[in-house]
Amino acid sequence: MAAVTVPTRPAPFRRPTAEHGLVSWLTTVDHKRIGILYGVTAFAFFIIGGVEALLIRAQLTAPNGRILDAETYNQVFTMHGLTMIFFVVMPLSAAFFNYMVPLLIGARDVAFPRLNAFSYWVFLAGGLFLYSSFFLGGAPNCGWFCYEPLGVAEIGNNNSFYALGLQIAGLGSLVASVNFIVTIVNLRAPGMSLMRMPVFVWMTLVVSFLLLFSLPILAIGLFQLAFDRLFATNFFNVAAGGDPVLWQHMFWLFGHPEVYVLVLPAMGIVSEVLPVFSRKPLFGYPAIVFAGVAIAFIGFGVWAHHMFAVGLGPVANSAFAISTMVIAVPTGIKIFNWLGTMWGGSIRLQTPMLFSIGFVTMFVIGGLSGVTHAVVPSDYQQTDTYYIVAHFHYVLFGGAIFGLFSGIYYWWPKFTGHLYSERLGQVHFWLMLIGFNLTFGPMHILGLQGMPRRIYQWPPGMGWELWNAVSTVGAFLIAASILVFMANAVRSMARGERAEEDPWDGRTLEWSIPSPPPHYNFAEIPTVRSRDDLWHRKYAEDESGRPVTVVAGAAHPEEGDGEHDEVHIDMPNPSYWPIVAAAGLPLIGYGLIYHWVFIPVGVLLLLAGLYGWKIEPVEEHVEGASD
Amino acid sequence: MTAAVLALGAFLFVACGQDLPQNTFRAEGPNAELQKDLFFLAFWIAVFIFVLVEGLIVFAAIRFRARRREEAPKQVHGNTRLEIVWTVIPALLLLFIGVPTIGGIFTLAAQPQGDVLNVNVIAHQWWWEFQYPDQKIVTANELHIPVGRPVLLSMESKETPGGQEQFGLTPADAVIHSLWVPRLSGTQDIIPGRVTHLTLQAERPGTYFGQCKEFCGISHANMRFRVIAQTAKDFTGWVSAQQAEAAEPPPGTDAAEGAELFAQFPGGSCVACHAIDPGGEGASVGPNLTHFGSRTTFGAGLFPNDAEHLERWLRDPGRMKAGVPEGAKMPNYNLSNDHIQALVAYLQSLK
Repeated sequence: MAAVTVPTRPAPFRRPTAEHGLVSWLTTVDHKRIGILYGVTAFAFFIIGGVEALLIRAQLTAPNGRILDAETYNQVFTMHGLTMIFFVVMPLSAAFFNYMVPLLIGARDVAFPRLNAFSYWVFLAGGLFLYSSFFLGGAPNCGWFCYEPLGVAEIGNNNSFYALGLQIAGLGSLVASVNFIVTIVNLRAPGMSLMRMPVFVWMTLVVSFLLLFSLPILAIGLFQLAFDRLFATNFFNVAAGGDPVLWQHMFWLFGHPEVYVLVLPAMGIVSEVLPVFSRKPLFGYPAIVFAGVAIAFIGFGVWAHHMFAVGLGPVANSAFAISTMVIAVPTGIKIFNWLGTMWGGSIRLQTPMLFSIGFVTMFVIGGLSGVTHAVVPSDYQQTDTYYIVAHFHYVLFGGAIFGLFSGIYYWWPKFTGHLYSERLGQVHFWLMLIGFNLTFGPMHILGLQGMPRRIYQWPPGMGWELWNAVSTVGAFLIAASILVFMANAVRSMARGERAEEDPWDGRTLEWSIPSPPPHYNFAEIPTVRSRDDLWHRKYAEDESGRPVTVVAGAAHPEEGDGEHDEVHIDMPNPSYWPIVAAAGLPLIGYGLIYHWVFIPVGVLLLLAGLYGWKIEPVEEHVEGASD
Repeated sequence: MTAAVLALGAFLFVACGQDLPQNTFRAEGPNAELQKDLFFLAFWIAVFIFVLVEGLIVFAAIRFRARRREEAPKQVHGNTRLEIVWTVIPALLLLFIGVPTIGGIFTLAAQPQGDVLNVNVIAHQWWWEFQYPDQKIVTANELHIPVGRPVLLSMESKETPGGQEQFGLTPADAVIHSLWVPRLSGTQDIIPGRVTHLTLQAERPGTYFGQCKEFCGISHANMRFRVIAQTAKDFTGWVSAQQAEAAEPPPGTDAAEGAELFAQFPGGSCVACHAIDPGGEGASVGPNLTHFGSRTTFGAGLFPNDAEHLERWLRDPGRMKAGVPEGAKMPNYNLSNDHIQALVAYLQSLK
């Protein structure tokens, strides 16, 4: 039982104790709840970004589309890109980092639980701040890449929201990256050496380092942009000796590692799902891990392949062509090792597996079209055409989104404690696969036939009629598939069958605890003896290398004796302060754009949050607070 | 597999075969040829890998499907020899693509040799100015070039202040643009404060469509142009016609009234922004109109150059082209019908 102590500090500094209701969510520091917050918020942004995508497709279905005017179209395509990258794929990956990493490494929470809550609230603040621009005169209209000097030159506050909104959201990701690096380095269960970690944890570690090193570059670029816009500095002003190409270097030095930030988490998920549904260990685990690390390293040396047409000169273009081709090698290693994992397995084509196979097959297409961009002379034709739009959607939708859906279905029983309808899951998969290929496949052809990106209208007589129409039909099929997913999710929550601990015959630690996990995760921190520890507790191998079931509990006789159920486990207490501190940031943003009076208010909130954070008690022992 | 092959066949058929204005596969110049050939080098290797990998994945998913009462699979953890093979083979394939890639980069960057025609390109929001320094002519949105002769484009992004301020308009912004004529050559960006170069060459006479390819603001989609490639003889004829002074309309005609209005109309003036001089002497806020009547299109390749479209343009330019009234650019002067008729007559007389 918990010790009952009288709080010794004044009331404002007591820690919140709500376990249910709104306050409990606003003050939570539980990594699982924060993971759910990230996931639900990212899905809401996914719907918004998806509606923007449908508007774009509707506008471009036929020549001289008139659904949107030029200015609205430019805002919509800018926000579609920003939303999908910064407010969908990144936070959806963060949802998995949050929920899964502690479970996969046998920990009870992340290293800095309040900092984790702060990351989420800052991300949300950034998203709401950016979207508030729609109601305050117009959203950013300079593209997600916001090339200068256009971003500075456009009148109105649109692109100030870009500079400050991304700054805020980026801060959340930066803080989170530190948290996950510390968590993974320090909080692994006894026996879990680095080379016993699940690949998803490895990819989280790699992505966290990518963010740690790349986000500051974007932050500096955004500060320069904000200063040019708000205080008339001249970082990008040619007339005063500035250089617009500086922005491109800063942006892509961040922007290319960012591509791997978006896709490596999905690769991690696929590396968990394929072995479970093939009933075989991951083929070439060390090679897959090292390939992931290699991709991250080389990913910092390829940024100028986004700038082949800038005119950096033949030597620079040759160097970046080579580095871009080199990065295809570790990517290929991953693909072949995944194939090796499936080969000779006992494959169950259930929804998570379908999405993982979908990931691999679609990502191969995106990777191969990527190699054609590395052929620089050919890229002079393709850059800024729909061929590029096709390419990166095969990587980020066919890749990242398929991989993330694989993870959603795979861990859904663990998150919710319910099973979902396998039939609806399969309908979702096939609808999305067909819709996806109809939407983005034809864009390869459109690009090669000379259709540029970022045009709000195209004239008749260009021969682009058929494939634009097909693409729009595909986009609405994708939308329909998302509706099927939502129906499945609602149905599962409402009346889905209860999920057992281990519905897939899994290999990793999260399947050794109840679904959904208790708030302390593990009653006793497990001792890890091998990679795929849970699998080896369940199965031994006979002489021919085939698994044979181990008698329950035989492998780890010290566990599962039920004696620990009554033991109280101290968990981090909730806190008011992360959300208070985060709330200060958008106010500072509005202050910079509109009127200085908001700035001291925002700074005070931020400081109050940080000081409250520092001086609140570590624990609040309240009678009955223990489970 | 059959589906993949069919899709590929369809892809090649529709992508390569069609005679479309901006089809990169219908190359008509050495740059576009080289770019197309290198694309196909990478493409066929990609097709080989695509068929191999996707085939193996689909095969594995079907062949190794779980069956009832089957033995559990052998727990294979890896195979070093195999893994080395599938590291080395892709690396060799990339080397095979990489060598000609670098060759191509240097070929395209080389200074053109021989009888080179120099053209200075000034990219504006959202139209193109073409200056022929040796011929002393300035034109807009239609680039005439002789066939078989390399044309060295020296390109800048500049906006000329002046003109607009007297009407309370803000000047346009010099931003990044990119010049692209798919059937002649891939793109080259045009960046404020720099001069970038691109060599164009057309093998056959014809009209080739071009378009700005770097997002440059609200009317980026409307920044188009034509390259008109002519035989040496036709090109020389065009040059001398462009070098002539602008036509003087006979007194008493609509066109003559238009010429007066062009210099000064109630509430404004055309010459404040548009030059009437073959060498471009005068304002260069908007396109040089000296031989406007000889152009096939106007508004940066948007509209056929006929009376109907000109009338609509003069009545309200902003309705015809996004962004034109907001920024720099051409305001609605609320011209009377008579004035519009006269100005159209004058513009059409400027052959």
